[in-house]
Amino acid sequence: MNAPENKQQFRLVGTRPVRPDGVEKVTGKAIYGPDHVSPGMLQGAVLRSPHPHARIRGIDTKKAEALAGVKAVVTGQDFPQAADKLVAGAESASNLRWVAQKCMAIGKVFYEGQAVAAVAATSHAVAEAALKLIEVDYEVLPHVIAIEDALAEDAPVLHDDVFTQGLAEKPTKPSNASMRFAIERGDAKAAIAGAAASFTGRFTLQPVHQGYIEPHACVAQWNADGQAQIWCSSQGHFAIRAMTAGILQIDIASVRVHPLEIGGGFGGKTTVYLEPVAMLLSRKAGRPVRLTMKRTDIFRSTGPAPGAVIDITLGAAADGTLVGAEIELKYHGGAFPGANEVYSGVGGAVGHYRVPNASIVGWNVLSNIPTMHAYRAPGAPQINFAVESAMDELAARLGIDPIDLRLKNIVHPGEPSASGVPLGAIGYAEALEAAKAHPHWSSPVAPGQGRGVACGAWGNYGGPSTASVKLGEDGSVLVTEGSPDIGGSRASMAIMAAETLGVAYEKVRVTIADTSSIGFSMVTGGSRTTFATGKAVIQATEGVIEQLKDRAARTWGVDVAAVTWEDGTAVHGDQRLTLAQIAAKTGTTGGPISAEAVVDPHDFLPGFGVHICDTEVDRETGHVLVKRYTVVQDVGRAIHADYVEGQMQGGAVQGIGWALNEAYVYDRSGKLDNAGFLDYRMPVASDMPMIDTVMVEVPNPAHPYGVKGVGEVPIVPPLAAVGNAVSRATGIRMHDLPISPDRVYGLLRAAE
Amino acid sequence: MSKLLVSTTVNGDPQQFLCDPDTSLLDALREEMDLTGSKEGCGSGDCGACTVVLDGKMVCSCLVLAPEAEGRQVSTIEGVAEGNQLHPIQRQFLEHGALQCGFCTPGFIVASKALLDHNPDPSETEVRYWLAGNLCRCTGYDKIVRAVMDAAAELRQDRRTAA
Amino acid sequence: MSSPAYHAPETIEQAVALLAGDAGARPLAGGTDLIVQMRSGRNAPSAIVDLKRIAGLSGIRALPGGGFAIGAATPCTALKDDAALAAAWPGVVEAANLIGSVQVRNRATMAGNLCNASPAADSVPALVAAGATCLVAGPNGQREVPVEAIPAGPGKTSLAPGEVLVEIRLPAQLGADAYLRSIPRSEMDIAVVGAGVSLVLGAGGVCTAARVAIGAVAPTVVLVEAAGAALIGGKLDDAALEAAADAVRAACRPIDDKRGTAEYRTAMAGVLVKRTAKIALERAHKNQGRSQA
Repeated sequence: MNAPENKQQFRLVGTRPVRPDGVEKVTGKAIYGPDHVSPGMLQGAVLRSPHPHARIRGIDTKKAEALAGVKAVVTGQDFPQAADKLVAGAESASNLRWVAQKCMAIGKVFYEGQAVAAVAATSHAVAEAALKLIEVDYEVLPHVIAIEDALAEDAPVLHDDVFTQGLAEKPTKPSNASMRFAIERGDAKAAIAGAAASFTGRFTLQPVHQGYIEPHACVAQWNADGQAQIWCSSQGHFAIRAMTAGILQIDIASVRVHPLEIGGGFGGKTTVYLEPVAMLLSRKAGRPVRLTMKRTDIFRSTGPAPGAVIDITLGAAADGTLVGAEIELKYHGGAFPGANEVYSGVGGAVGHYRVPNASIVGWNVLSNIPTMHAYRAPGAPQINFAVESAMDELAARLGIDPIDLRLKNIVHPGEPSASGVPLGAIGYAEALEAAKAHPHWSSPVAPGQGRGVACGAWGNYGGPSTASVKLGEDGSVLVTEGSPDIGGSRASMAIMAAETLGVAYEKVRVTIADTSSIGFSMVTGGSRTTFATGKAVIQATEGVIEQLKDRAARTWGVDVAAVTWEDGTAVHGDQRLTLAQIAAKTGTTGGPISAEAVVDPHDFLPGFGVHICDTEVDRETGHVLVKRYTVVQDVGRAIHADYVEGQMQGGAVQGIGWALNEAYVYDRSGKLDNAGFLDYRMPVASDMPMIDTVMVEVPNPAHPYGVKGVGEVPIVPPLAAVGNAVSRATGIRMHDLPISPDRVYGLLRAAE
Repeated sequence: MSKLLVSTTVNGDPQQFLCDPDTSLLDALREEMDLTGSKEGCGSGDCGACTVVLDGKMVCSCLVLAPEAEGRQVSTIEGVAEGNQLHPIQRQFLEHGALQCGFCTPGFIVASKALLDHNPDPSETEVRYWLAGNLCRCTGYDKIVRAVMDAAAELRQDRRTAA
Repeated sequence: MSSPAYHAPETIEQAVALLAGDAGARPLAGGTDLIVQMRSGRNAPSAIVDLKRIAGLSGIRALPGGGFAIGAATPCTALKDDAALAAAWPGVVEAANLIGSVQVRNRATMAGNLCNASPAADSVPALVAAGATCLVAGPNGQREVPVEAIPAGPGKTSLAPGEVLVEIRLPAQLGADAYLRSIPRSEMDIAVVGAGVSLVLGAGGVCTAARVAIGAVAPTVVLVEAAGAALIGGKLDDAALEAAADAVRAACRPIDDKRGTAEYRTAMAGVLVKRTAKIALERAHKNQGRSQA
C-alpha cells in the first residue's frame, strides 16, 4: 500500500511474513508475566493504602505472620536505606530513592493504592486473608490532586525536601512544583503583539493510563547465597535488573532476569513495582514468590500519563507565517519528583514548526496521585493538543487551508531541531503532501460532520543494544537479542538478518535472551528497537558474513579480500560456496561461526505524522462518533509493513480514546473513582472505524535499511485531530479533554 | 471449608479438579489444569481476555465459579486448533498481523470462533459489536476485524467446497 | 479465607430452604454482578445458591392469553433467540441485550439485573414500562408483584429473607415497546440514563395506553405516570412528546457521579424519552398494520 516511487528493492524488507512467535501466541502457548510457574512457588499479595496522603505511625504484622500458611511478611522497613541514586536502563535515568517508594511506602504514603506491606503464603487465599490481619496505624494528612490546587499557596506540600529546580535562585521553601524548564528565544510577546492574527487559550487534560491488558506480574527467587532469578514481563529486563539490584543493594551479576512475553506496555512497563517486593519476600521465605497486580491496583498505583493545564498564545503574519509562541504548561508529576514529561513537552511544543520567537515554560507539579510514567511519546500529546488546536484556530482566522498553514511553517532537513542540532532526512513535508493528496482530505465533509487535521512529531531514540548471530551446523541462523518483543520485533529482526545474510526468512530464528545470556540492551521504548537493536543484529550478521568469507577463502586458498558475499553465497570467480556448505564444514575450518555486536547509535531521526479525522456530533446528546480516520506518517522504511501499520493504527486509537473518554476521575477523598476498565472507558471495537494508513517512506540514511522509529509518533496528533474535528462540527473550540458527551452537551447548550 | 471435587469436560477431555467454592473457572483452568492460554486482564468481565465457551456459549471464565462447570463442556483457546492444524481464524490473525503483544489474542480468537460458528457471514458492524467485550490496546482493532472477516469468507468457501 | 459454601439445588423449595436457613446466603443466577462484588470484597456471602440447576428456571414459556414467563436463570441472549418474545417485546429484549458484552449476556439474567437493584440496570425500565410482574417464592409460598416493587434503593430489594425471584412475567403485547440508553461508548458501559416506553394504539392510531419508565436518574427505576398520561389521547405529536419529556425531567432525582452530572442526566432523560417513544410508535404502527392486514 502507498509504496513510494524509486523505492530501493529489497528481497524481504517491507514484506509481511508471519511473525516467528505467532503460532505460540494464537494457540495460547506463549508464557506471559502472570503465567510463569516456579517449583515450590508461594503466592504473594500486597496491602495498599486506602488514604491518598498519610504518615505511617506503625505497622503491626504479628497476626499476619502467625496465620498458618504465611511464610513471609515485608514492609517498607525491610527496604535498605534509600538514598538518592540514579540508574540508567530505562528511557531516562531513575532515582532509586523514588523508585523504591513506588514499590512500597517507606514511612509515608503519597497516593491511594501505594503498597504498604506484602505477604507470601502457600495459597493466594491465605495471602489475602493475611493482608486483613495487618494493622497499619495511619496519621491521615490533607491531600491534593489537581494541578492548580497543588500550586495554591495553602496546598499541602508533599515533600519537605523538594525545592523547585530550574529557578534562577534556589528557593527557600519546599514546593509541589518540583521543576521548571523553559526555552526562550527572541521576543515572543512583542512578536505576538505585532501579529496579523493570534489565538490565546487554556487547554486542560486529565491523567490517563497506558491501559495494557496484561497485569504486572513476576516470580522472584532470592537464594541463601545471594543469587537471584526473576521471571517477569517488562519492556526491558536489563532495566528491571538495574533497579532491583540497585534498590536491594546487590550486585548486578547476582540477579538474572528472564524476560517473559509482554502483554502491552506503551512505556508503562519500563520500571519496577513488584520485583523488589517479591525478592524481599522470597529471601525471607526461602522459596520463589509470585506477585500479580489486580486491575484496580494497576490503575491506582502504576504510572499514568500526566494531566495538564496549558496556556498558549500563537501569533502569525497574514500569510500564515508563525511569528511567536508563548506557552506555559503545567504537567502532573504525581507523588515523587523525576517525571520527564515536562522536558519533552517544552522541547517538542513547537519543535515541528519554525517559530522565531518563543517563550515556553514548563512546570512539573507533584500531588497525591501515582508518579507519572512514560506513555507512548511521553509528554508530547498533551502540549500538541494545545498547539495543534491553536494552529486550527489560526487557519480559520486567516482563511488558510489547515494543511497549507502547516506546510508554510514546517521544519525542513538541515534546519535546527528543537535541540538545536540540524535535522536530517526527515519526511514531514512529504507526509503533509501525502495527506493533502489523500482522497480523505479531498472528499466532501458529510452534513452534520466536521473534519479535523493535526500534525505531530516525536524525536525517537537510539541507545545501547547487544545482539549475537550464530550459525547452526546446517546453515540455519540463530539471532539472540535483549529487546523484549512487544509488537512483532522478532519478525523485523529476522527480516533484517535474513536480508543481510541472503537467506530465507524462515531460516532465521530469534531468541530474546535473559540478562545473563546477552549483553545490555536498553528498554523497548523510545521507538528505538527496530532502529538500534536492528543495527546490532545487522552488524552481528555482517560479522558472521566476514567469517563465512574467511572460511571460503581458506577452503579455496585465496585472499579473503577477493571473496564476495552474494545472495547467501561466497563467490570468488567461478567458485561458489553456499552458506549451508560452509556451515557443514565448520568443524574442519576453524570451529563454529558466531558474532556479537554492541551498538549505541545516536543517528536516529524524528518521525512526523499527519492525522485526518471526521466526526459526527449528536447535538441533542453531545455524543461524538469518529466516522473516518486517516494516519499519514513518515516511517523511514517499514521493515515489516503490517507491524508498522499496526503501530500507526494502535497509536491513533489510543489517542482517540484519550480525546473522547479516557480520564482519571478522583473523588473528594482523593480516591480514584474509576479504577477499572468498565468506567475508565478505553475504546472498544464498536467505537472505532477502520483506521486508514499511509506509510510515507523517507529512509534514514544512517540505518542500513532506512529505519526510523514509528511507534510513538501516532499517539501525538489524535487529541487535536479529534478536537479540531469536533470544533469544526460544532463551531465551538474544544479546550478540555475528554470530549465526553456531557461536556459537549454543556458547551452546545451554553452556546445557544 | 473443604474443597469441592469438580468433574467437567475441557476441550473434549474429561477433567477433574479440586477447588474452593468461590474459585473462578479461569483460575481453575490456569492453576489446576495448566491451561494458561486464557488470560486474566481484569477479573471483572470487562476485557474478555479470559473468554471460553461453556456449553456452546462464550462467557468470561473469570465470572464463572469453577463448581458451576460440573458436568458441563468447556472449550478454551487450547482447543481451537486441531492438533497442529491451525483454525482459519488463527491463521488469518497471523497473516494480517492482527496481534501485537498477543495477550488479548486468545480471547479474541475464542470469541471470533463463537461468532462464526453461528453467523458465517457477519457484517463489519456485527463483528465489531460482537467483539466489543474484548479489549485490545495495541492494534486499534482494524487488523483484527479484517482477519475475522477474511476468516469468515474462507470458512464459507470451505463449506461450499465441501458441499 | 472463609470461602462460601456452594449449593446447586434442583427445586425451588430446596433453594428457598437454603436461602431461608442462612441469612448470609445469596442466590446465583448469571453471577455477572455477584461474582464481581465477591471479588472486590463488596459482597461476602456465607453461601451461594446456584439457581441454574433448577428445572424450569431456565427458559421462556408462553402464557395463556399471549404473555410470556421468563425463568429467573434465563440468560439475556436466550431472549433474543425466542422469536415470539423478541417480536412481541423488542424493547425488553433489546434492553436486556445491552447489558455488558456478549460474554456477559450469555450469563447475565434479567432477574439478576433486577435483584442487583442498580438504578442503572438496563432491563428494568423496559420491564416496568411493559407492565411486567415477578413471581417470588419464599418460605410462606409464592406471590406475584410488579417489577417496580422489587428495587428498594441502590443495592436493596423488597424481597424478604428466604425469598427468591422465580420468573418474570410479561403480559400479552397489545401495542409496542422500546428502550434506549445513553452511554459514552457504543458498548460495555453502564447507562447514564435509560428510558423504556410501552404504548397501545387504538382506532386511528390514537394512543390509548402508555407507560414510561426511566433509569439511572433516581435511587430506583422510576415509573413516570405523568409522562405516560401525556402520551395518551393523541398521536404522539411534538407537543405530546415534549410534555412527556417535561414530566420525565420533573421526575428525575439524579446524582452527580463519575458517569454523569445530575444536570446532564435530567436533560438526557428528556431527549431519550422522546426518541424511545418514537421508536415504540413506529413499531406500534407496524404491529397495527400487520394485525389489520
